[in-house]
Formats: sequence, structure tokens, C-alpha cells
Amino acid sequence: MTTRKTGAQILWDALEHQGVETVFGYPGGAILPAYDALLDSTIHHVLVRHEQGAAHMADGFGRAAGRAGVAIATSGPGATNLVTGIATAMLDSSPCVFITGQVPSHVIGTDAFQETDITGVTLPITKHNFLVTQTEDIAQTIKKAFHLAEGGRPGPVLVDITKDAQQRECDYEWDDSPVELPSRAARPTVSPEELDHAAEILNTAKRPLILAGRGVTLSGATGLLADFVEKTQIPVAMTLLGIGGFPASHPLNLGMMGMHGEAWVNQAIQNADVLLALGMRFDDRVVGDPKKFAPAARKIHVEIDPSEVNKIIQVEVALIGDLAGSLGALAPKVSCQDLTPWHDFIGDLKGDSAVRDIQQLPDSGHLYAAHVISDLWNLTEGNALVVTDVGQHQMWEAQYYKHDAPRKLITSGGLGTMGFALPAAIGAKVARPDEEVWVIVGDGGFQMTAAELSTCAQEGLKLNVAIINNGYLGMVRQWQEFFYDKRYAATPMRNPDFVKLAQAHGLLGLRVDKRAGIEEVVATARAAEGTTVIDFRVEREDTVYPMVPSGNTIEAMIRRPEPLLEKKGDKPLVKKD
Amino acid sequence: MRARAFVVLVEDRPGVLDRVASLFRRRAYNIESLAVGHTERPGVSHITIVMNADDRVARLVEANLYKLVDVLEVEDVSNVPSVTRDLALIKVRAGHESRAEVMQVGEVFRARVVDVSPDALIFEITGTEDKINRLVEVLRPFGILGLARTGRVAMVREQTPAEEFAHEGVL
Repeated sequence: MTTRKTGAQILWDALEHQGVETVFGYPGGAILPAYDALLDSTIHHVLVRHEQGAAHMADGFGRAAGRAGVAIATSGPGATNLVTGIATAMLDSSPCVFITGQVPSHVIGTDAFQETDITGVTLPITKHNFLVTQTEDIAQTIKKAFHLAEGGRPGPVLVDITKDAQQRECDYEWDDSPVELPSRAARPTVSPEELDHAAEILNTAKRPLILAGRGVTLSGATGLLADFVEKTQIPVAMTLLGIGGFPASHPLNLGMMGMHGEAWVNQAIQNADVLLALGMRFDDRVVGDPKKFAPAARKIHVEIDPSEVNKIIQVEVALIGDLAGSLGALAPKVSCQDLTPWHDFIGDLKGDSAVRDIQQLPDSGHLYAAHVISDLWNLTEGNALVVTDVGQHQMWEAQYYKHDAPRKLITSGGLGTMGFALPAAIGAKVARPDEEVWVIVGDGGFQMTAAELSTCAQEGLKLNVAIINNGYLGMVRQWQEFFYDKRYAATPMRNPDFVKLAQAHGLLGLRVDKRAGIEEVVATARAAEGTTVIDFRVEREDTVYPMVPSGNTIEAMIRRPEPLLEKKGDKPLVKKD
Repeated sequence: MRARAFVVLVEDRPGVLDRVASLFRRRAYNIESLAVGHTERPGVSHITIVMNADDRVARLVEANLYKLVDVLEVEDVSNVPSVTRDLALIKVRAGHESRAEVMQVGEVFRARVVDVSPDALIFEITGTEDKINRLVEVLRPFGILGLARTGRVAMVREQTPAEEFAHEGVL
């Protein structure tokens, strides 16, 4: 039924029709009409402490839920504060819809108070964006925004709505018809010849390897991949964002590849004669030197985005389209040779494992981040939804927390955004309230968005925040150690008392500096009602091994020097403060 | 690496040219020339982009253009029979002692005189980029006072080129 509604009312009605139950935002002048109408909507609004937090929350929601998260902000500084979060979502193909208020249409272009050309600013970091100046266009634009954000290769879409368009009334009725975008009509499908070509390559392979990326999860192809591996017995290496797309406990899962992947994973890639790349984009953290990446391998790329094909690595055949469809069509044509010799070859490489060695070290009385994460994995039985920040702890998480299910690790891979973890975890918890959510974050990244602890308290959300506190910007310090002659410029940090900081928010704060204390604080945190912050005081100058320096191949890998950490009775490598 | 021309049909909306140009900037593709105008279809604009690229980059450009929501159709016309034209206005010094000679040069190139003043005249010339470059070189000794060019526009040929246009050249 047609009724008279303001643009602001239409906005919330359209969001309700899209199935939105929660938005993350911060009010301000140009978005005030929308906020006024919010009070009459069924949608719950989470008030953040900084718009960057809202953007990461929408992103975290999108990654956890598999449908678009929504963030809302005012014009000018409100909109520009979203930018880091939008870019983060863009590089990791996360479905999000961002709504910003804009100054009234008659003053656009006059440098009005809090005017920023946010569609111009976000043009290269959104999948698409819209400037809406007409009330009549709001509902259809919201519909298109969700369609674009969630469809194909997901990504962020921004809708900028002028204040007058929010205020004005028009006749309104929700239009349920499907979105039609002329440019999106015909998409290429995989041809039988391409499938045969790919199958021929796989069927003659002696040393094939699957490289699984985030596309496996995005396409809902985790079951298909498991069946495919069962049938073909091809081992699987994963990108950082691919983790969870194939169970970590599966014997054919080799683990993470690339800069901080175990040596055997990268050696398997370099020795492979066929690579089947699934929904991954040959990022430089995976490839190193593209000229020397798996030189002997014939390469097949299964990818939804044609602009990713032959961008970094030249492939022999590309199956362009939805991964689940392509893999489903390919599977019946593939029948691999006996791969036992290849499995044996990789099995022999596995003797060289940094991760296993450190996991099995006896308790020396010191606290190492690797032990914290490995113990967390054990204590949560591998079932937690983990959200990490960026840096050393992120790589340790990828190495030591073994995820068997998809959408259980949320991390900023492409953009590497510090400050991501806490707000993204809030979004993930809102999306999946029944999950046990752990934030694993460094002391540096935590302080970038620590204000969102206040949001946790206000919303009564239950998160467990594990601060891996080494008093350094650890990953940068590690690069300085290796590549800048240990000149630690601007990496040592003097931190606040994180326990007191938690308490100041009315939250429980805990501290531990010995491995023997981990179990108890984890149990206390899990039993506590609200968000709990644990300050893990870890070894200050610990290093993520192995490491392939940027732009290099596996041959240049830096290994943990002997002896591994310290042996009992040895002096600690570094004096603790 | 060679010159490539892409014909891109886009929805005629505010900011579309910005999106296309921004893509080239963001991916560090270098535009040689860019020409935009209306088409026979209302609401659809025609963009001709010329750039230097090898086959791999040309495919990436095409794929990236298709990712823009306002882009309807992309055609790399470098490998298909097509007509490409450039238009230039050239203001050249031509006092009474050199005017006859300047006009003669123009005639050879089938350039039209569109303005005459006591000391100068303006030629209008359409043709391939190469033809215009040659005219500019020949006129240079007389003194070029101004030069404005449109950049190439391109269109795919419907069938075998007719005999009379054969000499006009195909990109």
C-alpha cells in the first residue's frame, strides 16, 4: 500500500526489508533525520565510539554472517572516519553497506560545514557507491547496494544520502521486484572445453596441490572441497583468509602457505607439478617473487573475478565463475593418479616444523605468545570464533590455532589493518551471539580502537580479549631486527595498565605472565558474564618463524636459530622489564 | 606493447567518467587519449580509450572495466576491423606572404580552413592520428600558434571496408 513517508523513514523500512536487525553507527548533523526516524524502527543501533569502529563492526558482521553488515555515519569527518574500515572490507571481499549523511543537495560543492565528497573519496575502495539526492531513489538504491555488496565477489558499497532527501516526503511502497542492473546481466560461464582442459592437467599430475583461498568459504564450497580432496587425494595449502575453508585436522591439510607458512607448505608448492588455485588471488604475501613461484607447475585458476586471472601469476587455464559451480562441474571429470609418492615426499618435509617444536617445548617459566595461542586452542577445543588484529600475534594465531570450520577466523588479511580486531569481534558477536568469541590482539593494535570496550560494556556483549602484550610493535620490531640491524625506531611501547583499563569500563581485567597461569585465567574469562580483558605479558623480543622475506622465494627463508627459544637452565634470550 | 583502443559503452550518469579514469589511475595504466560523447542510444555514452599495453594487460583492463557497475560493454577494437579518427584544430601563422603556401599544404591533407585573420588561419582536420601528426610537422616551420586535439574515437566496422575508405587506414 502506498503511503507518504519521509526519506529517513523509507531508509529504515528498506533496511528492514533487507533483513537488517542491527546497524553500527554514530550520529551527526547531516544524518540526524535518519536517526530521528530510527526510534520508530525495529532495527537495533549499536552506538560506537569512533566511526572506524562502526566500519570494522559491519565488516566483522559480514564475515561472520555471510551477509552484509551495515554501518551508518554522518557527513564529513563521520564519513571519512569510515574510510580505513571500507578499504579493509574491500581488500578482503567482505559484504558491507555503508550509509552516510550528506549536506543538503543545494549546498553540495560549496564547502559547506562538514561537507566531504565521500563518493569521490571512496571511489577506489568500494565495489560501488551512490550519491542519493532524491527521496524517491532511496529505497531502490538501498536494494541495489545490498545486491551489489552480497552478490558475485562480495565487497563494500556506500550510499551517501543528502539531508534534504532524508527530510522530504514522497509516496512510498516497498517494491519487491528483483534488482536489475543492465551491466551485470550476462556473466561468462565455464565452457566444457575449459573443464576438460583442467581435468586433463589434474589427471596427468604426479605432484598436484590445491591452493585454497577465501573464495572457498565465500562460495559455500567447503563441503565440495572436502569431497573433492577425498576423491582425488590432492593435498591442500591455505592462504591466511582461506583458513577454515578446509578442516585443519584433515591429514591432507598442509596449513598456511606464504611468508609465515611452515617450510614444508612452501616447499610443496615449489615442487608441485600442478597447482589448482581456488578462490585466491596470488597475493604477494603468498607468492613472494612471482617469477620464481612454482616454476614447474601447470596452473589452474578457479576464480569468480576475471580481473584476478593472470594479474600476478600466469595460468594455463582459468575457470571463471562461482567456485562452487566450477568445482562441482570439474569434480566428476577428475580422477587423479596414485599420489602416494607425492604424499610421502611431503611427509618427509614435515620433519622440519617450527610450530610442532615450539608446541612441544617444556614450560620454561616464561610466557610465549605461541604457547598462549596453542593453549587457547586446546582450552576452547578449537571451537572458538577468533578475531585477530594484525602483526605477530596474527601469524601465531594462523600457525597455532587450528580451525576446522569456516568463518571461525576473522582477520584483516589484504589491508593489514591494526585496530581491526576488537570492533570486528563486536560485529561478529552480534552476527553470531551463540559463538564463543576470542579477540587475539597485540598491545599496539588494541590501543588503536580500545575505546570500543565502552561499546562492549554498553551493549552487554560477551567477548574474551587476549592482549598479546610484548611492549613492542612486534612485527615491525621483527622486521627491524632482520632487515634494519636491530635499530628499533619507534617500536617500543609504554602501555597503560590494561587490567585497570578494563576495570574502568566496568569489565573484568586479568593478567598472566607464566604459562602455568594460562588455564586459570582462560577459565575465569570464559565463566565471566561480560567482556573480559586478559593481559598476557609475553616474551618481549620473540619472533615469528619461519619467515620468507618479502619478494623472495622459499630458499631465502629465515629459520628459528638454534637453540629453539631457551633450554631449561639457559639465560632468557631477552631480559624482561 | 602496442597502442590499443577500447570502445566502452557506459550509462550516462554523473561521475561515470571519473570512475573510468580513476580505474586507469589506480591500476597505473597509462591513458594515451580519451574521448567521450553521446551515442545513438539515450542514456548511453561512448568512451574511446587509447593506451599502450600487451595482451595480458589489455585483458586485465577489459576485466577491470567490466567490474564498474556503470559499464555496459567493453570492446578491444585493436584486433577487429575498425575506423578510428582524431580531430584537430591547428592555428598557424600565415601573413600575406606565406598564406598561399600554408593553404596549399592544408589542401594536400584535406584540411579545411575554418577561420582566417590577417596574421593567422585555423585548420580543421580529421583523420588518423598519424595523418594529423604529419600535417602538424609540415606546418611547424610556418609557426604553430595553437593546437587542440580531440583524441581518438573508434568504431567497429560492420563488414568488409568499402574500397573508397580503404586508404583512410585501420588502427
